[in-house]
Amino acid sequence: MDSKLALYIVKRLTLAVITIFLIITITFFVMHEVPGGPFLSEKAPSAAVTAALEAKYGLDKPKSEQFVTYLKGIMKGDFGPSIKQRGRDVTTVIMKGFKVSFKLGGTAAVIALAIGIVLGSTAAIFHNRTIDKIIMVVTTGLVAMPSFIVATLLLLVFCVWMGIFPANGNEPGGLILPIISLSLYPMSYTTRLTRSSMLDVLSQDYIRTARAKGVLPVKVIFKHALRNALTPVLTYAGPMFAYIITGSLVVEKIFAVPGLGKEFVSSIINRDYTMIMGTTIFLGVLIVIMMLVTDILYKVFDPRVDLG
Amino acid sequence: MNKTDEMPKKNPLSFQLNLKDFEKATDEEKAQQVRMSESITFFKDGMRRLRKNKIAMTCLAILILITLIVTFVPMIYPYTYEQQLGVTQGKRIDKTYNNLKPFEYGETELERIANGEKIFPHIFGTDSAGRDYAIRVIYGARISLLVGFFAAIIVLIIGVVYGSIAGYFGGKTDLFLMRIVDIIYALPDMLIIILLSVVLKQVLGPKIDGTSFAKIGTDMISIFIVFALLYWVGMARLVRGQILSIKQNEYILAAKSVGSSPWRIIKKHLLPNSMSVIIISTALQIPSAIFTESYLSFLGLGVSIPMPSLGSLASDALTGIYSYPYRLIIPAIAIWLIVLSFNLLGDGLRDAFDPKLKK
Repeated sequence: MDSKLALYIVKRLTLAVITIFLIITITFFVMHEVPGGPFLSEKAPSAAVTAALEAKYGLDKPKSEQFVTYLKGIMKGDFGPSIKQRGRDVTTVIMKGFKVSFKLGGTAAVIALAIGIVLGSTAAIFHNRTIDKIIMVVTTGLVAMPSFIVATLLLLVFCVWMGIFPANGNEPGGLILPIISLSLYPMSYTTRLTRSSMLDVLSQDYIRTARAKGVLPVKVIFKHALRNALTPVLTYAGPMFAYIITGSLVVEKIFAVPGLGKEFVSSIINRDYTMIMGTTIFLGVLIVIMMLVTDILYKVFDPRVDLG
Repeated sequence: MNKTDEMPKKNPLSFQLNLKDFEKATDEEKAQQVRMSESITFFKDGMRRLRKNKIAMTCLAILILITLIVTFVPMIYPYTYEQQLGVTQGKRIDKTYNNLKPFEYGETELERIANGEKIFPHIFGTDSAGRDYAIRVIYGARISLLVGFFAAIIVLIIGVVYGSIAGYFGGKTDLFLMRIVDIIYALPDMLIIILLSVVLKQVLGPKIDGTSFAKIGTDMISIFIVFALLYWVGMARLVRGQILSIKQNEYILAAKSVGSSPWRIIKKHLLPNSMSVIIISTALQIPSAIFTESYLSFLGLGVSIPMPSLGSLASDALTGIYSYPYRLIIPAIAIWLIVLSFNLLGDGLRDAFDPKLKK
């Protein structure tokens, strides 16, 4: 590894650490700005009860002290107790939900990348032919659809009208529709990205040279073109994970998948403050790490890129 | 015309001027200098290319049509978005108005029709609270478009000012300003938006009660605040990059040497020359803001009840999806059409105005 790359990785790591710290700080202080504290509800508890509750959760101490305690907890992977779900702590809830969400999101990401790359390359190879035009029209249409629209329409068509798939994510086969709804947008985006990158590569001199030498067309595409065309697609991996993570919030809500997203949405509705904080920080850190890995991989794979 | 004979013969090695070069232009030569067509500015050239792009023009027409509909139809429409048709003062709630199918009427309306009165039909029926669904969709589209435009304007202003300062002054200022941008860029925007929406609803709610802001709703305001805080960084980066490259041109040096102030140089020379990039990016910012708003509304963090937005309409429709699927399909198509049109128009603008693609 050359020193320039190492320097870049150090720089990028520093930025990631700062970002993670900022996410925690923003989340903590913003959530603590809520007037009346987290225990304010319709059936107002008496002053003594509120005070006891606040003492129990350490809310009577100064904010800076609470922040340090919270930070220390996070370092140990402890997000504190859930306020609304009695007797459960946030970390357990997050981990339990994350297992389901990871399966859902990971599958969606793999499918999106695989199909997107195949479709994109196909469109580029058959540039301006019918198949290219069909792929472009469909993906243009899909890119304009928010994930929740895709999810609700799929629910309507396949569960309500046709009854092929269960509408509940708990049942066997129930994860198929959520996976499709999560992967359609990233798939379309990957397709368009691969297509334009592939078109760019296919017009390069070295492809013409390879063809002139009589290399088999299949080999030209797989060995010479696709390898080089995939580097820009790699940059999309980070934003794609961010999209899938935020998309899973609504998709899990729609299909009643017992994942982290559904947990997050219900904690918003229930105003479960420690849960909101914990989930935001967890997902935020996840996104930051994904972005970090993407950026570093990109520099490793494409040494031409200027290491700014 | 044949004057060459009168000329002294020129020694090919001498530096003597060739008098032939200094003759008066003939009429024929003058005619060549006459401009045959109007000179075309960059903007006109781009517009000409945009007009040739059929897809982009169709999208522009659709968007103009939608804008006209959402602006003027609520003025002449006989129902309002918050009016519960079954509720009249001093009477029991008439439940026949709830959940009407398209082109059905409530009980009292049927009586009035029987009496020969003409009643404007409920084109898309009514919702579970007896509100006319068509006007709610139209009003929802209005909210979505407004959010898109205002968010784009906020991003435009902050991004352009920030980016041009960083790009023009360069050096340490640039370094410092761009580090801030890097950090904001790395924050997961959607999560921060959700977080701020949750909290601002509580914090702002009591403060703006009774003012005109209350009508807009805390969630809308928090969307705008978040856009102002987070979304401008993309635009700032773009503008800075443009300004950095345009700054190298000689005319900027010339402007500096005659003593133009930095602000004047930015305003008169740098920004007009990066206009195409700014326009394209703004056009693409609008659909992304509409996306964000509908997403938040869907999570229940969007506009305040009873105000509809396309996202909240789709969200509400989920509960009755088995009986009233059209209530989901209509706002879904509306969002899709608006976002698709903006996307394609943005692509068209890029093709028309991006000098790099110019043939």
